Amino acid sequence: MVVQTPNGFELDNSGKRIVVDPVTRIEGHMRCEVNVDENGVIRNAVSTGTMWRGLEVILKGRDPRDAWAFTERICGVCTGTHALTSVRSVEDALGIQIPDNANSIRNLMQLALQIHDHIVHFYHLHALDWVNPVNALRADPKATSELQQMVSPSHPLSSPGYFRDVQNRLKQFVESGQLGLFKNGYWDNPAYKLPPEADLMATTHYLEALDLQKEIVKVHTIFGGKNPHPNWLVGGVPCPINVHSTGAVGAINMERLNLVQSIIQQGLEFNRNVYIPDVIAIGGFYRNWLYGGGLSSQACLAYGDIPEHPNDFSPEQLHLPRGAIISGNLNEVHDVDPRDPEQVQEFVDHSWYTYGEPGKGLHPWDGVTEAKYELGPNAKGTRTNIEELDEAAKYSWIKAPRWKGHAMEVGPLARYIVGYAKGHEDIKSQVDGLLRTMDLPFEAVFSTLGRTAARALESEYCSRLQQHFMDKLIANIRNGDESTANVEKWDPSTWPKEAKGVGMTEAPRGALGHWIKIKDGRIENYQCVVPTTWNGSPRDTAGNIGAFEASLMNTPMERPEEPVEILRTLHSFDPCLACSTHVMSPEGEEMATVKVR
Amino acid sequence: MTRVLVLGIGNVLWADEGFGVRCVERLCERWRFGPEVTVLDGGTQGLYLLPFLEEADILVVFDAVDYGLEPGMLKIVEDAEVPQFMGAKKMSLHQTGFQEVISTATLMGYCPGRLILIGCQPEELEDYGGGLRAPVAAQIDPAICIALEMLAREGVCAEPGPGDTSMLADRAILRSAYEEGRPSEDEACRTGDDRFFPAEG
Repeated sequence: MVVQTPNGFELDNSGKRIVVDPVTRIEGHMRCEVNVDENGVIRNAVSTGTMWRGLEVILKGRDPRDAWAFTERICGVCTGTHALTSVRSVEDALGIQIPDNANSIRNLMQLALQIHDHIVHFYHLHALDWVNPVNALRADPKATSELQQMVSPSHPLSSPGYFRDVQNRLKQFVESGQLGLFKNGYWDNPAYKLPPEADLMATTHYLEALDLQKEIVKVHTIFGGKNPHPNWLVGGVPCPINVHSTGAVGAINMERLNLVQSIIQQGLEFNRNVYIPDVIAIGGFYRNWLYGGGLSSQACLAYGDIPEHPNDFSPEQLHLPRGAIISGNLNEVHDVDPRDPEQVQEFVDHSWYTYGEPGKGLHPWDGVTEAKYELGPNAKGTRTNIEELDEAAKYSWIKAPRWKGHAMEVGPLARYIVGYAKGHEDIKSQVDGLLRTMDLPFEAVFSTLGRTAARALESEYCSRLQQHFMDKLIANIRNGDESTANVEKWDPSTWPKEAKGVGMTEAPRGALGHWIKIKDGRIENYQCVVPTTWNGSPRDTAGNIGAFEASLMNTPMERPEEPVEILRTLHSFDPCLACSTHVMSPEGEEMATVKVR
Repeated sequence: MTRVLVLGIGNVLWADEGFGVRCVERLCERWRFGPEVTVLDGGTQGLYLLPFLEEADILVVFDAVDYGLEPGMLKIVEDAEVPQFMGAKKMSLHQTGFQEVISTATLMGYCPGRLILIGCQPEELEDYGGGLRAPVAAQIDPAICIALEMLAREGVCAEPGPGDTSMLADRAILRSAYEEGRPSEDEACRTGDDRFFPAEG
């Protein structure tokens, strides 16, 4: 059957059905089904979150000042972003103004998370979709060294001996049978295009990135008191500043600030000398593989983040841009108001929830999370063992959020397209520079590789922003301002009887919002609309497909039974199903089970 | 000096999945170590835990592990068996994450030489927002006893008294606050779908 979606895709589910479950190397649990035509081209795509999420309901009745500690536990990668979003929502509801230092410190932490996530995502989750570490064993270290010096003359680690050592280490690791990290790849699939030298160079950087990521997160330990679960505080940040102390427990002193400064510098150098050059080099070998654009060329959404001044979320004061693009019109960027009941709404006609009546959309403040698990008439298998979903009915635990009725892409690419369209100077010069270097037209950004490249550029931009806020923090401290928290409204007796607020951030993987309603000092309603809910959403009432589904459309597969191309494109979104659903793989399976029907 | 990392892993939001985190919480209530021992709530974090592994010679992990035993039974796995165990099916829910951490530390050449996994068979995992079930909660103290004995054999001893809680969970989600502040079942649906609740389907 062929269906035309309102957002411009032609879906044909008559071809062979391929089921990938679970989609691997992501946080959480996800399943994907596609139909391919006789040439192996994807003509229908169905993406589903297979687990129930219920964080909202367990927050009911809790102290709003504690919500961050719960939301920090939703998943294993977005801890700090959820905590930040949560404290912002409470501050918004209660009208709490945070000090300037708290704003700088929060930005430094949020940017550290952004950079950490982008680097780890590229090297440790996504690179294996493009890079073949097993092939790296066949590389000539000398030729690898030459390639390295050509790609990035400023990177000091480039001698033939260095690459030979890494290759030997890799060989030992593989021969010890502990392939662990690299097992279950489709390493002989022709979809891998790199020569062995590029594979060795990228695999070497995989190791360098492992060392670096340990440093980056120290920013959280320093400002959050500890890691992996840093402390947060409604009203500011929980770390006192005392530059005259030499080691009072937890206080920020000059020694710690110097450490932060050196970490910022290391991150900046890695982004410039390793990450971006790698994306350009690897991308060069895949320059004809410009699939996966999906919704990016027509509908992008960003809430914006990294406010220059505390509590000021007006678009012109945000370093990461805010705005919405619809119908592919880059000449008009709409402002986004998370309070407007007509803008952000969640639909559940194709989700395993119910609002009591069909076709209804709810703004998050009025959000309802009531489960209703039922399979459509054309589903195959049983309720406990689904062989094939019926996407015409309910088919996912993810709700379908829409902006003014439009399915939107969120994430680094959406942020960069919104920024580019708004004429954001830093973003525009980065994007134009990259396209010039790679000799590609602007339209090339609407692709899987565009998403991957936007993440690398953003990581570098975030390093520069870190420097900006570090300078600001130091200048403030020099001027005698050591304030980090405002506790005037800490006591619930100072709160109104009822209040509601919204917290917004740009998580590494996209726009994140927490909507809270407070009554009598307790949480009455709490709704998180997370990035992967936007990107991984199922169809809505009108039949619009979501960003994951759209991105898979019309992609040719080398071998339909080896879903390299599907994984490549889905990974490019850095999906986090743990947040949008939850953290479990029932059988603990690592390998995607692929069934061709 | 032998450096020790005592790690509780798991997600406290998923009933018995919180076993490991609750063990380290209790350990610090009752016992104090010297500076060579770090007691850490690792949650479901993956690569974030690497720096801690790098600085340890002995790693003790508390976790809820599905060994296919009776609920509440403890099982201890050591050294070379640990990664292999964590690679089995139906083990701890975030095992791919932690298994990868061990694998990565090995690749980088700094995996602790001595590994001890103290696992407890969970009774209930499918209760989002829930707390520990009785048979699992009852094993917290015995699990700690085992850990203390094994550490003593390595020459690492604890003294009675509250220990360093700075690397543990925020007080809002410590066990008593978490379990007492829980909304009723009517208010907060705690079930998943039939694939994970075949008995109810």
